[in-house]
Amino acid sequence: MREILELLERDARLTPEQIAGMTGLPVQQITSRIADWENTGVIRRYKAVVDWDKVAEETGEDVVSAFIDVSVHPARGTGFDDVAARISRFSEVRAVYLVSGTDDVRCTVVGRNIRKVAEFVAQKLSTIDRVQGTVTHFVLKTYKRDGDSFLEPDADHRLPVAP
Amino acid sequence: MVTRSSSPTPTIASRSPRERRAVKPLNAVVAACPPSGIRRFFDIAGQMADVISLGVGEPDFVTPWRIREAGIYALEHGHTTYTSNAGLPQLRDLICADLRRRCGVGYEPDGQCLITAGVSEGLDLALRVLLNPGDEVIVPEPCYVAYQPCVSFAGGTPVPVATSGDDGFRIHAETVAAAVTDRTKAILFGSPSNPTGAVQTREDLKALVRVAEQHDLYLISDEIYDRLTYTGVHTCVSSLPGAKDRTVLLGGFSKAHAMTGWRVGYLCAPDPIADLAVRVHQYTMLCAPHVSQLAAVEALTSAGDDVANMVADYDRRRRLFVKGLREIGLECPEPGGAFYAFPSIRASGLDDETFAESLLHAERVAVVPGSVFGAPGKGHIRCSYATALPLLEEALERMARFLDSL
Repeated sequence: MREILELLERDARLTPEQIAGMTGLPVQQITSRIADWENTGVIRRYKAVVDWDKVAEETGEDVVSAFIDVSVHPARGTGFDDVAARISRFSEVRAVYLVSGTDDVRCTVVGRNIRKVAEFVAQKLSTIDRVQGTVTHFVLKTYKRDGDSFLEPDADHRLPVAP
Repeated sequence: MVTRSSSPTPTIASRSPRERRAVKPLNAVVAACPPSGIRRFFDIAGQMADVISLGVGEPDFVTPWRIREAGIYALEHGHTTYTSNAGLPQLRDLICADLRRRCGVGYEPDGQCLITAGVSEGLDLALRVLLNPGDEVIVPEPCYVAYQPCVSFAGGTPVPVATSGDDGFRIHAETVAAAVTDRTKAILFGSPSNPTGAVQTREDLKALVRVAEQHDLYLISDEIYDRLTYTGVHTCVSSLPGAKDRTVLLGGFSKAHAMTGWRVGYLCAPDPIADLAVRVHQYTMLCAPHVSQLAAVEALTSAGDDVANMVADYDRRRRLFVKGLREIGLECPEPGGAFYAFPSIRASGLDDETFAESLLHAERVAVVPGSVFGAPGKGHIRCSYATALPLLEEALERMARFLDSL
Protein backbone atom coordinates (compact mmCIF):
# COMPACT_ATOMS: atom_id res chain seq x y z
CA MET A 1 0.00 0.00 0.00
CA ARG A 2 2.89 2.26 0.82
CA GLU A 3 4.05 1.70 -2.75
CA ILE A 4 0.91 3.34 -4.15
CA LEU A 5 1.57 6.45 -2.04
CA GLU A 6 5.20 6.56 -3.08
CA LEU A 7 4.21 6.31 -6.74
CA LEU A 8 1.66 9.10 -6.40
CA GLU A 9 4.13 11.25 -4.53
CA ARG A 10 6.43 10.95 -7.53
CA ASP A 11 3.73 11.45 -10.15
CA ALA A 12 0.29 12.48 -8.97
CA ARG A 13 -1.15 12.14 -12.45
CA LEU A 14 -0.77 8.37 -12.55
CA THR A 15 -4.17 6.80 -13.13
CA PRO A 16 -5.43 3.88 -11.03
CA GLU A 17 -5.14 1.78 -14.21
CA GLN A 18 -1.45 2.66 -14.58
CA ILE A 19 -0.78 1.94 -10.93
CA ALA A 20 -2.62 -1.37 -11.27
CA GLY A 21 -0.42 -2.21 -14.25
CA MET A 22 2.71 -1.43 -12.30
CA THR A 23 1.86 -3.13 -9.04
CA GLY A 24 -0.32 -6.01 -10.21
CA LEU A 25 -3.09 -4.97 -7.78
CA PRO A 26 -6.72 -4.78 -8.98
CA VAL A 27 -7.83 -1.33 -10.23
CA GLN A 28 -10.87 -1.39 -7.93
CA GLN A 29 -8.69 -1.84 -4.85
CA ILE A 30 -6.42 1.04 -5.85
CA THR A 31 -9.34 3.37 -6.58
CA SER A 32 -10.93 2.69 -3.21
CA ARG A 33 -7.67 3.00 -1.28
CA ILE A 34 -6.96 6.35 -2.88
CA ALA A 35 -10.49 7.51 -2.09
CA ASP A 36 -9.96 6.45 1.55
CA TRP A 37 -6.71 8.35 1.75
CA GLU A 38 -8.28 11.42 0.24
CA ASN A 39 -11.10 11.25 2.79
CA THR A 40 -8.88 10.67 5.80
CA GLY A 41 -6.36 13.31 4.77
CA VAL A 42 -3.44 10.95 4.20
CA ILE A 43 -3.43 12.39 0.70
CA ARG A 44 -3.95 16.08 1.29
CA ARG A 45 -3.74 17.49 -2.20
CA TYR A 46 -2.32 16.98 -5.71
CA LYS A 47 -0.20 19.72 -7.18
CA ALA A 48 2.46 20.55 -9.74
CA VAL A 49 6.14 21.21 -9.00
CA VAL A 50 6.74 24.63 -10.57
CA ASP A 51 10.16 26.10 -11.23
CA TRP A 52 9.34 29.78 -10.61
CA ASP A 53 12.81 30.90 -11.58
CA LYS A 54 12.08 29.58 -15.06
CA VAL A 55 8.77 31.40 -15.10
CA ALA A 56 10.59 34.56 -14.08
CA GLU A 57 13.02 34.16 -17.00
CA GLU A 58 10.07 34.14 -19.38
CA THR A 59 7.80 36.72 -17.84
CA GLY A 60 10.15 38.89 -15.84
CA GLU A 61 7.89 38.42 -12.82
CA ASP A 62 10.21 37.51 -10.02
CA VAL A 63 9.32 35.45 -7.02
CA VAL A 64 11.54 35.74 -3.98
CA SER A 65 11.58 33.25 -1.18
CA ALA A 66 13.32 33.24 2.15
CA PHE A 67 13.85 30.96 5.10
CA ILE A 68 13.06 32.76 8.33
CA ASP A 69 14.23 31.46 11.65
CA VAL A 70 11.98 32.70 14.41
CA SER A 71 12.85 32.59 18.07
CA VAL A 72 9.71 32.21 20.15
CA HIS A 73 9.08 32.39 23.85
CA PRO A 74 7.04 29.28 24.65
CA ALA A 75 3.87 29.57 26.73
CA ARG A 76 2.60 27.27 29.44
CA GLY A 77 -0.02 24.90 27.99
CA THR A 78 0.53 25.58 24.30
CA GLY A 79 4.34 25.66 23.98
CA PHE A 80 5.07 26.99 20.49
CA ASP A 81 1.91 25.70 18.83
CA ASP A 82 -0.24 28.81 19.02
CA VAL A 83 2.46 31.08 17.62
CA ALA A 84 3.38 28.58 14.91
CA ALA A 85 -0.28 28.24 13.92
CA ARG A 86 -0.60 32.01 13.80
CA ILE A 87 2.42 32.25 11.49
CA SER A 88 1.02 29.47 9.31
CA ARG A 89 -2.18 31.37 8.56
CA PHE A 90 -0.44 34.04 6.44
CA SER A 91 -0.67 33.17 2.74
CA GLU A 92 2.90 34.41 2.21
CA VAL A 93 4.11 31.64 4.50
CA ARG A 94 4.66 28.42 2.56
CA ALA A 95 6.10 26.16 5.26
CA VAL A 96 6.39 26.20 9.04
CA TYR A 97 8.35 23.77 11.19
CA LEU A 98 9.28 23.55 14.84
CA VAL A 99 13.00 22.79 14.80
CA SER A 100 15.88 22.05 17.11
CA GLY A 101 18.92 24.32 17.13
CA THR A 102 19.44 27.98 17.81
CA ASP A 103 15.93 29.16 16.97
CA ASP A 104 12.57 27.52 17.44
CA VAL A 105 10.44 27.92 14.35
CA ARG A 106 11.66 27.85 10.78
CA CYS A 107 9.40 29.02 8.01
CA THR A 108 9.49 29.67 4.29
CA VAL A 109 8.06 32.93 3.04
CA VAL A 110 7.50 34.01 -0.56
CA GLY A 111 6.93 37.46 -2.01
CA ARG A 112 7.19 39.38 -5.26
CA ASN A 113 10.45 41.03 -4.26
CA ILE A 114 12.90 41.38 -1.38
CA ARG A 115 11.13 44.48 -0.03
CA LYS A 116 7.77 42.69 0.19
CA VAL A 117 9.31 39.82 2.12
CA ALA A 118 11.24 42.16 4.42
CA GLU A 119 8.10 44.15 5.06
CA PHE A 120 6.18 41.02 5.90
CA VAL A 121 8.83 39.94 8.39
CA ALA A 122 9.06 43.34 10.01
CA GLN A 123 5.36 44.07 10.21
CA LYS A 124 3.69 40.70 10.57
CA LEU A 125 6.12 38.11 11.90
CA SER A 126 8.20 40.12 14.33
CA THR A 127 5.18 41.75 15.86
CA ILE A 128 3.49 38.53 16.92
CA ASP A 129 3.36 38.21 20.70
CA ARG A 130 6.22 36.14 22.17
CA VAL A 131 8.28 36.32 18.95
CA GLN A 132 11.63 37.44 20.25
CA GLY A 133 13.62 37.72 17.06
CA THR A 134 13.97 36.63 13.44
CA VAL A 135 16.82 35.77 11.10
CA THR A 136 16.08 35.97 7.36
CA HIS A 137 17.93 33.94 4.72
CA PHE A 138 16.93 34.87 1.17
CA VAL A 139 17.09 32.02 -1.32
CA LEU A 140 19.51 32.86 -4.12
CA LYS A 141 19.14 29.72 -6.20
CA THR A 142 17.20 26.46 -5.90
CA TYR A 143 19.05 23.25 -6.71
CA LYS A 144 16.66 20.69 -5.29
CA ARG A 145 13.29 20.99 -3.58
CA ASP A 146 11.26 18.23 -1.95
CA GLY A 147 13.17 15.54 -3.80
CA ASP A 148 12.93 17.23 -7.20
CA SER A 149 16.16 18.35 -8.81
CA PHE A 150 16.08 21.81 -10.39
CA LEU A 151 19.30 21.22 -12.28
CA GLU A 152 19.05 20.56 -16.00
CA PRO A 153 18.80 16.80 -16.50
CA ASP A 154 21.72 15.14 -18.28
CA ALA A 155 21.07 13.79 -21.76
CA ASP A 156 20.67 10.04 -22.26
CA HIS A 157 24.15 9.05 -23.39
CA ARG A 158 23.30 5.47 -24.20
CA LEU A 159 23.73 4.04 -27.69
CA PRO A 160 20.27 3.50 -29.23
CA VAL A 161 20.83 -0.23 -29.64
CA ALA A 162 23.18 -2.22 -27.43
CA PRO A 163 23.68 -5.89 -26.66
CA MET B 1 55.77 5.19 -38.83
CA VAL B 2 52.31 5.91 -40.19
CA THR B 3 51.43 9.56 -40.60
CA ARG B 4 47.80 10.58 -40.68
CA SER B 5 46.60 12.91 -43.39
CA SER B 6 43.20 14.22 -44.36
CA SER B 7 42.82 11.40 -46.87
CA PRO B 8 41.73 8.13 -45.27
CA THR B 9 44.60 6.08 -43.91
CA PRO B 10 44.95 2.98 -46.08
CA THR B 11 43.50 -0.03 -44.38
CA ILE B 12 43.50 -3.60 -45.47
CA ALA B 13 39.93 -3.28 -46.68
CA SER B 14 40.56 -0.18 -48.76
CA ARG B 15 43.62 -1.47 -50.52
CA SER B 16 43.33 -2.52 -54.12
CA PRO B 17 42.65 -6.20 -54.74
CA ARG B 18 46.19 -6.74 -55.93
CA GLU B 19 47.62 -5.32 -52.73
CA ARG B 20 45.16 -7.28 -50.65
CA ARG B 21 46.37 -10.53 -52.16
CA ALA B 22 49.85 -9.77 -50.94
CA VAL B 23 48.71 -9.75 -47.29
CA LYS B 24 48.51 -12.95 -45.32
CA PRO B 25 45.00 -13.95 -44.29
CA LEU B 26 43.77 -12.82 -40.90
CA ASN B 27 42.62 -15.14 -38.17
CA ALA B 28 40.14 -17.52 -39.77
CA VAL B 29 37.97 -17.99 -36.69
CA VAL B 30 37.49 -14.28 -36.12
CA ALA B 31 37.02 -13.57 -39.81
CA ALA B 32 34.33 -16.26 -40.00
CA CYS B 33 32.41 -14.75 -37.10
CA PRO B 34 29.54 -12.58 -38.40
CA PRO B 35 29.29 -9.09 -36.92
CA SER B 36 26.61 -8.77 -34.25
CA GLY B 37 23.14 -8.50 -35.78
CA ILE B 38 22.42 -5.77 -33.27
CA ARG B 39 24.99 -3.57 -34.95
CA ARG B 40 22.93 -3.09 -38.12
CA PHE B 41 19.95 -1.82 -36.13
CA PHE B 42 22.16 0.44 -34.16
CA ASP B 43 23.35 2.04 -37.38
CA ILE B 44 19.83 2.61 -38.71
CA ALA B 45 18.33 3.81 -35.42
CA GLY B 46 21.32 6.06 -34.75
CA GLN B 47 20.52 8.11 -37.84
CA MET B 48 16.84 8.71 -37.08
CA ALA B 49 15.32 11.41 -34.91
CA ASP B 50 12.51 10.90 -32.39
CA VAL B 51 13.24 7.20 -32.02
CA ILE B 52 12.02 5.49 -28.87
CA SER B 53 14.63 2.85 -28.34
CA LEU B 54 13.66 -0.39 -26.68
CA GLY B 55 16.89 -1.79 -28.05
CA VAL B 56 19.19 -0.76 -25.27
CA GLY B 57 20.72 -3.48 -23.15
CA GLU B 58 21.64 -1.20 -20.28
CA PRO B 59 19.86 0.70 -17.53
CA ASP B 60 18.35 4.12 -18.25
CA PHE B 61 19.44 5.13 -14.77
CA VAL B 62 22.85 6.70 -14.41
CA THR B 63 25.09 5.18 -11.78
CA PRO B 64 23.75 6.21 -8.34
CA TRP B 65 25.43 9.41 -7.24
CA ARG B 66 27.08 7.95 -4.15
CA ILE B 67 28.91 5.44 -6.38
CA ARG B 68 29.95 8.11 -8.89
CA GLU B 69 31.07 10.27 -6.01
CA ALA B 70 33.23 7.44 -4.69
CA GLY B 71 34.81 7.21 -8.16
CA ILE B 72 35.52 10.94 -8.14
CA TYR B 73 37.02 10.66 -4.67
CA ALA B 74 39.22 7.82 -5.86
CA LEU B 75 40.49 9.97 -8.73
CA GLU B 76 41.08 12.94 -6.45
CA HIS B 77 43.14 10.79 -4.14
CA GLY B 78 45.23 9.43 -6.95
CA HIS B 79 43.98 5.85 -7.02
CA THR B 80 45.08 5.66 -10.62
CA THR B 81 47.54 2.80 -10.39
CA TYR B 82 47.31 -0.92 -11.10
CA THR B 83 45.81 -3.05 -8.39
CA SER B 84 46.87 -6.62 -7.70
CA ASN B 85 45.96 -8.88 -10.61
CA ALA B 86 43.08 -10.51 -8.77
CA GLY B 87 41.71 -7.11 -7.76
CA LEU B 88 41.45 -5.10 -4.55
CA PRO B 89 41.32 -7.47 -1.54
CA GLN B 90 38.62 -5.28 0.03
CA LEU B 91 36.39 -5.67 -3.01
CA ARG B 92 36.96 -9.44 -3.18
CA ASP B 93 36.07 -9.70 0.52
CA LEU B 94 32.87 -7.76 -0.06
CA ILE B 95 31.88 -9.80 -3.11
CA CYS B 96 32.42 -13.12 -1.32
CA ALA B 97 30.52 -11.88 1.74
CA ASP B 98 27.69 -10.68 -0.50
CA LEU B 99 27.50 -14.04 -2.32
CA ARG B 100 27.44 -15.84 1.01
CA ARG B 101 24.66 -13.65 2.35
CA ARG B 102 22.50 -13.45 -0.78
CA CYS B 103 23.11 -16.83 -2.35
CA GLY B 104 24.41 -19.01 0.47
CA VAL B 105 27.54 -19.91 -1.46
CA GLY B 106 31.04 -19.63 0.02
CA TYR B 107 34.02 -18.55 -2.09
CA GLU B 108 37.45 -17.66 -0.71
CA PRO B 109 38.31 -14.03 -1.49
CA ASP B 110 41.89 -15.16 -1.82
CA GLY B 111 42.19 -17.72 -4.57
CA GLN B 112 38.61 -18.24 -5.73
CA CYS B 113 37.56 -14.73 -6.68
CA LEU B 114 38.90 -12.52 -9.45
CA ILE B 115 37.80 -8.99 -10.33
CA THR B 116 37.29 -8.71 -14.08
CA ALA B 117 36.58 -5.92 -16.52
CA GLY B 118 32.90 -6.84 -16.55
CA VAL B 119 31.27 -10.21 -17.12
CA SER B 120 32.41 -10.02 -20.74
CA GLU B 121 36.02 -10.47 -19.71
CA GLY B 122 35.03 -13.09 -17.14
CA LEU B 123 33.30 -15.07 -19.86
CA ASP B 124 36.34 -14.89 -22.12
CA LEU B 125 38.64 -15.98 -19.27
CA ALA B 126 36.39 -18.87 -18.30
CA LEU B 127 36.28 -20.20 -21.85
CA ARG B 128 40.01 -19.80 -22.44
CA VAL B 129 40.80 -21.59 -19.21
CA LEU B 130 38.34 -24.45 -19.71
CA LEU B 131 38.61 -25.21 -23.42
CA ASN B 132 41.06 -27.11 -25.53
CA PRO B 133 40.83 -26.73 -29.30
CA GLY B 134 37.74 -28.49 -30.60
CA ASP B 135 36.00 -28.79 -27.23
CA GLU B 136 32.27 -28.29 -27.46
CA VAL B 137 30.23 -25.94 -25.32
CA ILE B 138 26.48 -26.41 -25.15
CA VAL B 139 24.70 -23.07 -25.37
CA PRO B 140 20.92 -22.95 -24.91
CA GLU B 141 19.38 -20.42 -27.30
CA PRO B 142 18.11 -17.68 -27.53
CA CYS B 143 21.17 -16.38 -25.71
CA TYR B 144 23.36 -13.35 -25.26
CA VAL B 145 25.05 -12.43 -28.53
CA ALA B 146 28.60 -12.88 -27.23
CA TYR B 147 28.35 -16.46 -25.95
CA GLN B 148 28.98 -18.33 -29.17
CA PRO B 149 31.61 -16.01 -30.68
CA CYS B 150 33.54 -16.13 -27.38
CA VAL B 151 33.45 -19.95 -27.45
CA SER B 152 34.83 -19.87 -31.00
CA PHE B 153 37.52 -17.31 -30.15
CA ALA B 154 38.66 -19.57 -27.33
CA GLY B 155 39.11 -22.42 -29.82
CA GLY B 156 35.91 -24.24 -28.92
CA THR B 157 32.83 -25.18 -30.86
CA PRO B 158 29.49 -23.79 -29.69
CA VAL B 159 26.67 -26.32 -29.80
CA PRO B 160 23.36 -24.49 -29.65
CA VAL B 161 20.31 -26.21 -28.20
CA ALA B 162 16.87 -24.71 -28.57
CA THR B 163 14.53 -23.44 -25.90
CA SER B 164 11.02 -22.28 -26.70
CA GLY B 165 8.75 -19.42 -25.77
CA ASP B 166 5.90 -21.93 -25.47
CA ASP B 167 7.17 -22.97 -22.03
CA GLY B 168 8.84 -19.70 -21.09
CA PHE B 169 12.26 -20.62 -22.51
CA ARG B 170 12.90 -23.36 -19.94
CA ILE B 171 16.22 -25.09 -20.33
CA HIS B 172 15.36 -28.80 -20.35
CA ALA B 173 18.05 -31.06 -18.95
CA GLU B 174 17.06 -33.84 -21.37
CA THR B 175 17.59 -31.57 -24.38
CA VAL B 176 20.99 -30.56 -23.07
CA ALA B 177 21.91 -34.16 -22.28
CA ALA B 178 20.94 -35.20 -25.80
CA ALA B 179 23.47 -32.72 -27.21
CA VAL B 180 26.36 -34.08 -25.14
CA THR B 181 29.16 -35.75 -27.11
CA ASP B 182 32.66 -36.98 -26.21
CA ARG B 183 33.93 -33.49 -26.97
CA THR B 184 31.49 -31.63 -24.73
CA LYS B 185 33.29 -29.66 -22.06
CA ALA B 186 30.84 -27.16 -20.64
CA ILE B 187 27.34 -25.73 -20.60
CA LEU B 188 27.08 -21.95 -20.88
CA PHE B 189 23.90 -20.09 -19.93
CA GLY B 190 22.49 -17.13 -18.08
CA SER B 191 19.53 -16.90 -15.75
CA PRO B 192 17.89 -14.37 -15.69
CA SER B 193 18.42 -14.29 -19.43
CA ASN B 194 19.31 -11.63 -21.91
CA PRO B 195 17.35 -11.60 -24.29
CA THR B 196 14.29 -13.47 -23.00
CA GLY B 197 14.11 -12.30 -19.37
CA ALA B 198 13.47 -15.96 -18.49
CA VAL B 199 14.39 -17.16 -15.02
CA GLN B 200 15.13 -20.88 -14.74
CA THR B 201 13.47 -22.65 -11.84
CA ARG B 202 15.57 -24.12 -9.09
CA GLU B 203 14.42 -27.60 -10.15
CA ASP B 204 15.44 -27.08 -13.76
CA LEU B 205 18.83 -25.78 -12.69
CA LYS B 206 19.31 -28.76 -10.38
CA ALA B 207 18.54 -31.08 -13.29
CA LEU B 208 21.10 -29.23 -15.37
CA VAL B 209 23.70 -29.69 -12.63
CA ARG B 210 22.91 -33.43 -12.63
CA VAL B 211 23.57 -33.58 -16.38
CA ALA B 212 26.90 -31.84 -15.77
CA GLU B 213 27.74 -34.36 -13.05
CA GLN B 214 26.77 -37.36 -15.15
CA HIS B 215 28.88 -36.26 -18.11
CA ASP B 216 31.62 -34.54 -16.14
CA LEU B 217 30.99 -31.08 -17.61
CA TYR B 218 31.70 -27.59 -16.38
CA LEU B 219 28.97 -25.02 -15.95
CA ILE B 220 29.52 -21.40 -16.87
CA SER B 221 26.78 -19.44 -15.18
CA ASP B 222 26.33 -15.83 -16.26
CA GLU B 223 24.50 -14.24 -13.34
CA ILE B 224 24.92 -10.58 -14.26
CA TYR B 225 21.15 -10.10 -13.81
CA ASP B 226 20.98 -11.91 -10.44
CA ARG B 227 19.62 -8.94 -8.51
CA LEU B 228 17.04 -8.22 -11.19
CA THR B 229 14.78 -11.16 -10.34
CA TYR B 230 11.17 -10.17 -9.79
CA THR B 231 9.35 -13.43 -9.22
CA GLY B 232 10.77 -15.27 -6.26
CA VAL B 233 14.41 -15.28 -5.26
CA HIS B 234 17.43 -15.75 -7.46
CA THR B 235 19.00 -19.21 -7.51
CA CYS B 236 22.77 -19.05 -7.73
CA VAL B 237 23.91 -22.10 -9.67
CA SER B 238 27.01 -22.55 -7.46
CA SER B 239 24.75 -22.94 -4.43
CA LEU B 240 23.10 -26.08 -5.82
CA PRO B 241 24.24 -29.49 -4.57
CA GLY B 242 27.23 -30.78 -6.52
CA ALA B 243 27.58 -27.60 -8.59
CA LYS B 244 30.27 -25.51 -6.98
CA ASP B 245 33.25 -27.67 -7.92
CA ARG B 246 32.38 -27.53 -11.61
CA THR B 247 30.90 -24.05 -11.92
CA VAL B 248 32.39 -20.77 -13.04
CA LEU B 249 30.17 -18.06 -11.60
CA LEU B 250 30.17 -14.72 -13.41
CA GLY B 251 28.66 -11.60 -11.93
CA GLY B 252 29.07 -7.87 -11.94
CA PHE B 253 27.80 -4.39 -11.31
CA SER B 254 26.72 -3.24 -14.75
CA LYS B 255 23.02 -3.97 -14.54
CA ALA B 256 21.64 -3.73 -11.00
CA HIS B 257 24.04 -0.93 -10.04
CA ALA B 258 23.73 0.81 -13.43
CA MET B 259 27.50 0.71 -13.92
CA THR B 260 27.86 -0.57 -17.52
CA GLY B 261 30.59 1.86 -18.55
CA TRP B 262 32.76 1.21 -15.48
CA ARG B 263 33.62 -2.28 -16.71
CA VAL B 264 33.81 -4.11 -13.43
CA GLY B 265 32.63 -7.60 -12.57
CA TYR B 266 33.89 -10.80 -11.02
CA LEU B 267 34.62 -14.43 -11.67
CA CYS B 268 34.30 -16.98 -8.86
CA ALA B 269 35.42 -20.54 -9.33
CA PRO B 270 37.22 -23.42 -7.60
CA ASP B 271 40.94 -22.73 -7.03
CA PRO B 272 42.41 -24.49 -10.09
CA ILE B 273 40.09 -22.65 -12.49
CA ALA B 274 40.44 -19.30 -10.72
CA ASP B 275 44.23 -19.76 -10.67
CA LEU B 276 44.41 -20.16 -14.41
CA ALA B 277 41.91 -17.35 -14.96
CA VAL B 278 44.18 -15.02 -12.99
CA ARG B 279 47.07 -16.20 -15.15
CA VAL B 280 45.34 -15.20 -18.40
CA HIS B 281 43.99 -12.02 -16.82
CA GLN B 282 47.41 -10.93 -15.55
CA TYR B 283 48.86 -11.08 -19.04
CA THR B 284 45.91 -9.69 -20.97
CA MET B 285 44.17 -7.22 -18.65
CA LEU B 286 46.55 -6.85 -15.69
CA CYS B 287 43.70 -5.68 -13.52
CA ALA B 288 40.22 -4.25 -13.71
CA PRO B 289 40.18 -0.41 -13.67
CA HIS B 290 41.25 0.76 -10.22
CA VAL B 291 38.73 3.60 -9.97
CA SER B 292 35.94 1.26 -10.99
CA GLN B 293 36.96 -1.24 -8.33
CA LEU B 294 36.74 1.46 -5.67
CA ALA B 295 33.35 2.53 -7.01
CA ALA B 296 32.26 -1.12 -6.77
CA VAL B 297 33.34 -1.15 -3.12
CA GLU B 298 30.95 1.75 -2.53
CA ALA B 299 28.27 -0.07 -4.53
CA LEU B 300 28.45 -3.07 -2.21
CA THR B 301 28.82 -1.16 1.03
CA SER B 302 26.17 1.51 0.75
CA ALA B 303 24.12 1.50 -2.43
CA GLY B 304 21.58 -1.10 -1.30
CA ASP B 305 18.66 1.35 -1.20
CA ASP B 306 19.52 2.80 -4.59
CA VAL B 307 19.56 -0.68 -6.09
CA ALA B 308 16.30 -1.64 -4.36
CA ASN B 309 14.61 1.48 -5.78
CA MET B 310 15.82 0.77 -9.30
CA VAL B 311 14.77 -2.88 -9.07
CA ALA B 312 11.31 -1.81 -7.85
CA ASP B 313 11.04 0.58 -10.78
CA TYR B 314 12.03 -2.10 -13.31
CA ASP B 315 9.44 -4.42 -11.83
CA ARG B 316 6.68 -1.82 -12.20
CA ARG B 317 7.65 -1.13 -15.79
CA ARG B 318 7.85 -4.86 -16.44
CA ARG B 319 4.28 -5.44 -15.27
CA LEU B 320 2.94 -2.47 -17.17
CA PHE B 321 4.86 -3.21 -20.34
CA VAL B 322 4.14 -6.94 -20.50
CA LYS B 323 0.45 -6.25 -19.85
CA GLY B 324 0.56 -3.62 -22.59
CA LEU B 325 2.19 -6.00 -25.08
CA ARG B 326 -0.48 -8.60 -24.42
CA GLU B 327 -3.24 -6.01 -24.78
CA ILE B 328 -2.02 -4.99 -28.23
CA GLY B 329 -2.12 -8.63 -29.26
CA LEU B 330 1.47 -9.81 -28.83
CA GLU B 331 1.91 -13.05 -26.96
CA CYS B 332 4.60 -12.58 -24.34
CA PRO B 333 6.15 -15.23 -22.10
CA GLU B 334 6.37 -13.95 -18.51
CA PRO B 335 9.83 -12.41 -18.08
CA GLY B 336 10.80 -13.05 -14.45
CA GLY B 337 14.09 -11.19 -14.52
CA ALA B 338 16.57 -8.87 -16.28
CA PHE B 339 14.88 -5.96 -18.08
CA TYR B 340 13.72 -7.54 -21.30
CA ALA B 341 10.44 -8.77 -22.69
CA PHE B 342 10.67 -11.20 -25.59
CA PRO B 343 7.21 -11.24 -27.16
CA SER B 344 6.24 -13.36 -30.13
CA ILE B 345 5.35 -11.35 -33.22
CA ARG B 346 4.09 -14.32 -35.25
CA ALA B 347 0.55 -12.90 -35.06
CA SER B 348 1.74 -10.04 -37.28
CA GLY B 349 2.54 -12.44 -40.11
CA LEU B 350 5.98 -10.87 -40.47
CA ASP B 351 9.36 -12.38 -39.69
CA ASP B 352 11.20 -10.70 -36.85
CA GLU B 353 13.77 -8.92 -39.03
CA THR B 354 11.09 -7.38 -41.23
CA PHE B 355 8.95 -6.57 -38.20
CA ALA B 356 11.76 -4.73 -36.44
CA GLU B 357 12.83 -2.87 -39.54
CA SER B 358 9.29 -1.85 -40.56
CA LEU B 359 8.43 -0.83 -37.00
CA LEU B 360 11.51 1.36 -36.90
CA HIS B 361 10.72 3.05 -40.21
CA ALA B 362 6.95 3.34 -39.74
CA GLU B 363 6.73 4.27 -36.06
CA ARG B 364 10.28 4.98 -34.96
CA VAL B 365 10.41 2.36 -32.27
CA ALA B 366 13.66 0.42 -32.11
CA VAL B 367 13.50 -3.20 -30.99
CA VAL B 368 15.94 -6.02 -31.66
CA PRO B 369 14.87 -8.95 -33.86
CA GLY B 370 14.91 -12.17 -31.85
CA SER B 371 16.83 -14.18 -34.44
CA VAL B 372 19.91 -12.13 -33.55
CA PHE B 373 20.02 -14.25 -30.38
CA GLY B 374 19.84 -17.60 -32.17
CA ALA B 375 17.43 -19.55 -34.33
CA PRO B 376 14.80 -20.16 -31.62
CA GLY B 377 14.55 -16.38 -31.26
CA LYS B 378 12.94 -16.24 -34.72
CA GLY B 379 9.45 -14.80 -34.57
CA HIS B 380 10.25 -12.82 -31.42
CA ILE B 381 11.56 -9.34 -30.70
CA ARG B 382 13.59 -8.19 -27.73
CA CYS B 383 12.21 -5.11 -26.01
CA SER B 384 14.16 -3.55 -23.19
CA TYR B 385 11.96 -1.88 -20.59
CA ALA B 386 14.94 -0.01 -19.12
CA THR B 387 13.18 3.08 -20.47
CA ALA B 388 11.20 5.82 -18.73
CA LEU B 389 7.56 4.93 -18.16
CA PRO B 390 6.00 7.63 -20.40
CA LEU B 391 8.26 6.48 -23.25
CA LEU B 392 7.24 2.86 -22.70
CA GLU B 393 3.59 3.86 -22.91
CA GLU B 394 4.22 5.90 -26.04
CA ALA B 395 6.13 2.96 -27.55
CA LEU B 396 3.18 0.65 -26.86
CA GLU B 397 0.83 3.10 -28.59
CA ARG B 398 3.10 3.27 -31.60
CA MET B 399 3.43 -0.51 -31.73
CA ALA B 400 -0.36 -0.87 -31.53
CA ARG B 401 -0.71 1.56 -34.45
CA PHE B 402 1.90 -0.38 -36.39
CA LEU B 403 0.11 -3.70 -35.79
CA ASP B 404 -3.21 -2.16 -36.86
CA SER B 405 -1.65 -0.94 -40.09
CA LEU B 406 -0.58 -4.43 -41.16
